[in-house]
Amino acid sequence: MNETNSRFAIKDCALVSISTGIKAHILAELLEHLREVEVGCLYYHFWARQLRPSFDHPEFHNDFAAWAHRDLHDWILAERLNLIAPHEFQNLEELREELINILEERVDESGDLPWRKAEAPFHFVKSQIVVLDTGKRATSPEELVDIIPLLSQGSIFYHFIDARRRTPERIDDFRSWFKAFAPDYEDLSIALAAIDPYFLTLTEIRAQLHKVFKSYFESKRGPK
Amino acid sequence: MSQELLERYQQIVGPDVIDHLKQLAYHLKDAKVVHINSTRYGGGVAEILHSMVPLMQALGLDVQWETISGEEAFFHVTKNMHNALQGHPVEFTEASINTYEENNRKEYERLKPLLEEADFVFIHDPQPAFLITLCPERKGKWVWRCHIDLSRPYRPVWRYLRNIVVHYNASIFSMPDFTQPLPHPQYIIPPSIDPLTEKNMELPEEEIKGVFSRFGLDPNKPLVLQISRFDRFKDPMGVIRAGLMAMKFTPLQLVYAGGGAADDPEGELIYHEVLAAAKGHPDIHVLMLPPDAHRTVNALQRAADVVLQKSLREGFGLTVTEALWKAKPVIGGNTGGIRLQVVNHHTGFLVHTPEGAALRIRYLLFYADKRLEMGRKAHQFVKENFLITRHLRDYLSLMLALISGNGERVEVEARS
Repeated sequence: MNETNSRFAIKDCALVSISTGIKAHILAELLEHLREVEVGCLYYHFWARQLRPSFDHPEFHNDFAAWAHRDLHDWILAERLNLIAPHEFQNLEELREELINILEERVDESGDLPWRKAEAPFHFVKSQIVVLDTGKRATSPEELVDIIPLLSQGSIFYHFIDARRRTPERIDDFRSWFKAFAPDYEDLSIALAAIDPYFLTLTEIRAQLHKVFKSYFESKRGPK
Repeated sequence: MSQELLERYQQIVGPDVIDHLKQLAYHLKDAKVVHINSTRYGGGVAEILHSMVPLMQALGLDVQWETISGEEAFFHVTKNMHNALQGHPVEFTEASINTYEENNRKEYERLKPLLEEADFVFIHDPQPAFLITLCPERKGKWVWRCHIDLSRPYRPVWRYLRNIVVHYNASIFSMPDFTQPLPHPQYIIPPSIDPLTEKNMELPEEEIKGVFSRFGLDPNKPLVLQISRFDRFKDPMGVIRAGLMAMKFTPLQLVYAGGGAADDPEGELIYHEVLAAAKGHPDIHVLMLPPDAHRTVNALQRAADVVLQKSLREGFGLTVTEALWKAKPVIGGNTGGIRLQVVNHHTGFLVHTPEGAALRIRYLLFYADKRLEMGRKAHQFVKENFLITRHLRDYLSLMLALISGNGERVEVEARS
């Protein structure tokens, strides 16, 4: 992520979507495919939607929940799937396991649901991420106060969401960078950890990041 | 010129978006790119290329757009192929294959040096697809861009074409629903509209208001509009039924404006059916517009209060995108790409029946504030997702991904 511990490399990204050609017309099929599809599909259907056409506050937060509601018309399953917070899992395999558990549970308790034909099939899609080094660098965490409001949505996605898949501790790039300054910036790290990336849009995440950085450094400087 | 063009887009989408494009394009600077389709004018593919090619050039890529020509027999075969790929059974014989391949061979002789040298070749739709098999010395990446809904193809034609398409490095489809299993990556890139073209640019207020007198409409009555070909899948009779049902409760005028149907005998038939259904209803207007009436369509969309796209089957539905861009909520059929664009209570409403459409017409005409708010959201939604700049970003990303291998992650170094 960063060329040295003391400089933070600002990156940007773009996602390209790739169809796997795998689709499910019924719940039983979804379950079957879910056991076998590339794990990248889970990333796409839970996280990449942040960079796809959507609304500020969509009713459903992952594609599986949206499909269960919109196309399978099973509100119970949709609500259960909607509650999954992907960043709470150590990795995508664990997330897959949880998804399968929820689907199996629903299959067990329902009659004909596993074979009920959905209005439209679920298409498994994966993504390729193109990461661009912007060439911009922050040499101290304080510099980020002015840099963050100018970051593109792609940069926010890369550093705050995608980072959780890359960093050994499964955290965002900012907190990962602060480790090089330990024990400094611990309070800032705690405040950043409290930002829930799942329910917020990228624009909202940027605004919250800015707020946290600004108030942290203002309080450090003390009243003027 | 290049900078000026980028600045014009920048005024609409903002500097971030253009900067992002510049960053991506930097790594593709001077790459030789060739687009090939079958026509320079008419149709969605040509419209997109008219916008995409100058933008790619403005970003420093060495782009050429070539079209393949042919005799009537060739285009008869390719039109049949087109229909077949959309699911209609057609006659597809050895003679059809010979006509198709021979024409491609003839065109290849002219295009050979360009195609062999290109770093990227984008072949649009089936007409020029066969060129790849004629170019064994190709050094670049070849991508088949399919603008057609391939979800339910007529198998004999698809089996033939598939044997050609497998030679490509990748293909592009507008939606996952449109794909077929292929042994290479199938990228999903939705189409887009260009905010600078006559169809989508801002118009003077007097030109917008001018449509009322021009088409005998009442400027004091709400205007509900559907712009569509005269095609059963666009459900024109359902649109008229919806309009009539809504009129019982609220004053409005309905305009169904469609394009010419010179090569479509069924279109002519449907046009007359629609005229007959509208007969005797002074508030229903059926307009037959020439294919180049882009500015008129633009003015009608801007003059409308509510736009319908009550299709029973739809590809991506760029007329929906156009209406949303003009800040109009859209009442759309729950099908194809309309589902991607129309989100209940945000940009419009998805409906299944004329009754559903009638209710939503009444709702949107009754709640003016809601209508305007949804319109604002609709405009923003298109701005962020369905403009040519996003389309180009996807193309550039795909090109970078293709030259960097098929890994999940492509890292591009900083600009020096």
